[in-house]
Amino acid sequence: MTTLVIAEPSVEGVKVPTLTTLGAASKLGGDVHVLVLGYSDGGQGVGAVAEATAKVAGVAKVLTADAAELAHGLAENVAPLVVGLVKSGGYSHVLAPSTTFGKNVAPRVAALLDVAQISDITGVESPDTFTRPIYAGNAIATVQSSDPVKVATVRGTAFEAVAATGGSAAVEAAAGAADAGLSKFVSQEVSKSERPELTSARVIVSGGRGMQSGDNFPLLEALADKLGAAVGASRAAVDAGFVPNDYQVGQTGKIVAPELYIAVGISGAIQHLAGMKDSKVIVAINKDEEAPIFQIADYGLVADLFKAVPELTAEV
Amino acid sequence: MLITEEQAMVRDMARAFARERLAPGAAERDRTSAFPADELKAMGELGLMGMLVPEEWGGAGTDILSYVLAIEEIAAGDGAISTIMSVHNSVGCAPILKFGTPAQKERYLRAMASGQMLGAFCLTEPQAGSDASALKTRAVRDGDHWVINGAKQFITNGQNAGVALVFAVTDPAAGKKGISAFLVPTDTPGYTVARLEHKLGQRCSDTAQIVFDNVRVPHEAMLGEPGQGYRIALANLEGGRIGIAAQSVGMAQAAFNAARDYARERTSMGVAIIEHQAVAFRLADMATRIEAARQLMLHAASLRQAGQPCLKEASMAKLFASEMAERVCSDAIQTFGGYGYVDDFPVERIYRDVRVCQIYEGTSDIQKLVISRNL
Amino acid sequence: MKVLVAVKRVVDYNVKVRVKADGMGVETANVKMSMNPFDEIAVEEAVRLKEAGKATEIVVVSVGPTQAQETLRTALAMGADRAILVQTDVETQSLGVAKALKALAEKEQPGLVILGKQAIDDDANQTGQMLAALLGWAQGTFASKVVPAEGTIAVTREIDGGLETVELKLPAVVTTDLRLNEPRYASLPNIMKAKKKPLETVDAASLGVDLTPRLKTLKVAEPPKRAGGVKVGSVQELVAKLKTEARVI
Repeated sequence: MTTLVIAEPSVEGVKVPTLTTLGAASKLGGDVHVLVLGYSDGGQGVGAVAEATAKVAGVAKVLTADAAELAHGLAENVAPLVVGLVKSGGYSHVLAPSTTFGKNVAPRVAALLDVAQISDITGVESPDTFTRPIYAGNAIATVQSSDPVKVATVRGTAFEAVAATGGSAAVEAAAGAADAGLSKFVSQEVSKSERPELTSARVIVSGGRGMQSGDNFPLLEALADKLGAAVGASRAAVDAGFVPNDYQVGQTGKIVAPELYIAVGISGAIQHLAGMKDSKVIVAINKDEEAPIFQIADYGLVADLFKAVPELTAEV
Repeated sequence: MLITEEQAMVRDMARAFARERLAPGAAERDRTSAFPADELKAMGELGLMGMLVPEEWGGAGTDILSYVLAIEEIAAGDGAISTIMSVHNSVGCAPILKFGTPAQKERYLRAMASGQMLGAFCLTEPQAGSDASALKTRAVRDGDHWVINGAKQFITNGQNAGVALVFAVTDPAAGKKGISAFLVPTDTPGYTVARLEHKLGQRCSDTAQIVFDNVRVPHEAMLGEPGQGYRIALANLEGGRIGIAAQSVGMAQAAFNAARDYARERTSMGVAIIEHQAVAFRLADMATRIEAARQLMLHAASLRQAGQPCLKEASMAKLFASEMAERVCSDAIQTFGGYGYVDDFPVERIYRDVRVCQIYEGTSDIQKLVISRNL
Repeated sequence: MKVLVAVKRVVDYNVKVRVKADGMGVETANVKMSMNPFDEIAVEEAVRLKEAGKATEIVVVSVGPTQAQETLRTALAMGADRAILVQTDVETQSLGVAKALKALAEKEQPGLVILGKQAIDDDANQTGQMLAALLGWAQGTFASKVVPAEGTIAVTREIDGGLETVELKLPAVVTTDLRLNEPRYASLPNIMKAKKKPLETVDAASLGVDLTPRLKTLKVAEPPKRAGGVKVGSVQELVAKLKTEARVI
């Protein structure tokens, strides 16, 4: 039983999603090989990443594929390469991170192997049985694959990253990359640092009446920019005129469910809680120890927000 | 009552539209009384403003069941907008469709069916509500024109309509048969919005007092024949009342949904309050009453669709649904406790919005009168 | 160019799903079903391509139970020209659906297939990629912009940290992301017209496709409840917990 992990393409170091995918691979048992693919274009890129990957704990072998047609991870070219390796290498499992790269490539690999793909696994019950969220995380399914090769994508937040050092794997070049002639990379546009929309943001920093004035919201904005977060507010802050209405999170404002919700100076009126209680992780910063927000917060910090927030901005 | 796949699609479309486009702004419109021009434009584009008008006149040409299902869903999103829609469809478009000349249909109905022009229905007067025979507004012939004078009360869309259907006495000696109907463009000199009412609810729907001060319209503006006004006024009485029943059911359903969701979320004594029998049973009663009203409403609509008499059934549906809705909304507030009494949650607004369903298009007392005379 | 659009009937996005008492799935009895929201975006995009003169015919397809006809009717009311239901009562999984769609694509010869990037029930996010693999076509997944040209199509994709534009050889498969468009509501006249549009039902077996599920669901459970919160003593402790325990930053 050997697992092939498709590394998140990188030209600089081993990416965190690769390390967490390796975390999932380590739960399967058996050897773990990593495919590092990309295009160095004359530089060090792929080779250096492969060397770094070889040092990752628990990796038995690193396969590298460095070719122009693998630039930008085009699925049409990556998938046949992976399929060739699976067939020649006799892999029992193929894991890719649940990144847009992994989600693009893994199903294509699975279909070419005529096997199902298991998306976004959050747990490994046994080598053929996995847990995964369905219905946007409102239920967790345990699924068993009867296919000879298990192809899965791995939700990074569900697994511990393995240590980036401690291994000494062999590095081998993998052959078989070719241009399928189906697709071409045209351009890429990195997201501007503009703050995301409240309803789609991964992280939200919200302020309440405790902010005392709209003039203090830049404190939150600085933290938000550091976290790539959107800025929200409670109704109390909106009614007090600190910020415009479209900042409002709550029953009468926007209903949000980010991965991280940081409530600053918000007491936690029920109408606010109704708008954010489905957030995955809730942090509350409030100087009133009795504030109801602490009852639903995963992490509560009783502190003066005017001290704590700048400190937090500096720390993250 | 089972509905067809097509009727279900109409309902689902109206529900999605109401949920996504109407409900989010309902509280704000309640606060500001801002007229929902954009919402009505979108509804016009979807065919919701001319549902019963055939395609040849630019309408959607749906059946009556589809119409009441859509009214119910729009009402669940914003009760006030459902009133604008109901008035426009049932006493705006319908009389012109039934009694209008081709020229009148060309001029008004086409624009109305697509929602580009709103209609108003000017029957009620300060001293004459459901007793249409007590009208005081007069229209006097002057050559090939008519000159209208009088005042009309509680006119939905009175300020925003493009055309008003005005009922006036043309032959004082003839009683009910001396009333005629006129299509009056609201930009006609002398058409004056004398006052806008400040209401308990449904605040984004304008309710106006209209004064007619020597309003001159050509004879071609008369809808139907001279003396046919009373018949025209009563022609869609049943349809209007079934529509109010649908509005009541929609608003009650919205209040119920909010209460049910809250009861599932809110905990007391360690459990969601819906786990407390007092709360759960109240919700069960609410749901049952809503369903009973809905079935009365759909039954009346299906009779009307089949062309059968339904005066009694329409009155029963309106009477029962409107009174049910007030009670269900009150129970919804009760489920929320203190939060139901403040405007953080929608139930207090719906409670205010739905109250008028027991009043307009014939009060509950009038409905009982109609029903009792048909026993 | 003929466009094939695949749609799935799923539990309405507004329904808060509840896990069944027997732990074998979620409650779907008496639950409102609708078209998968990403598929609505797919239908909308096809209709826009037709309105722009880029598409000539829109064929909408669903693989699923008889009730999926309702979903297809909705797509017809949004502007698709005809519909095909591949009728099956087995639990549909991505690979089987991709195979059924492949069989239809070979028959219909579309220039473009558009699908939602994922269904909001199983959240698999696979069918489009699998279909492209089986057909040997290019795939433009998570599309936020689609611009067809002669023989090719430029697809702007929502990728981690930004946008990427690729040029794909046609025929190709595109899967939709949220920002591609805002789907229209089916207007009442179009709902009326939809019932007159052709809706064909074919049996999965007649396509020679095996839809037998490859994955067996052993159980479905509620997600773990929010654990009781903790108070932290300092900003440093908070950051440490967010990084190592919650792993959200």
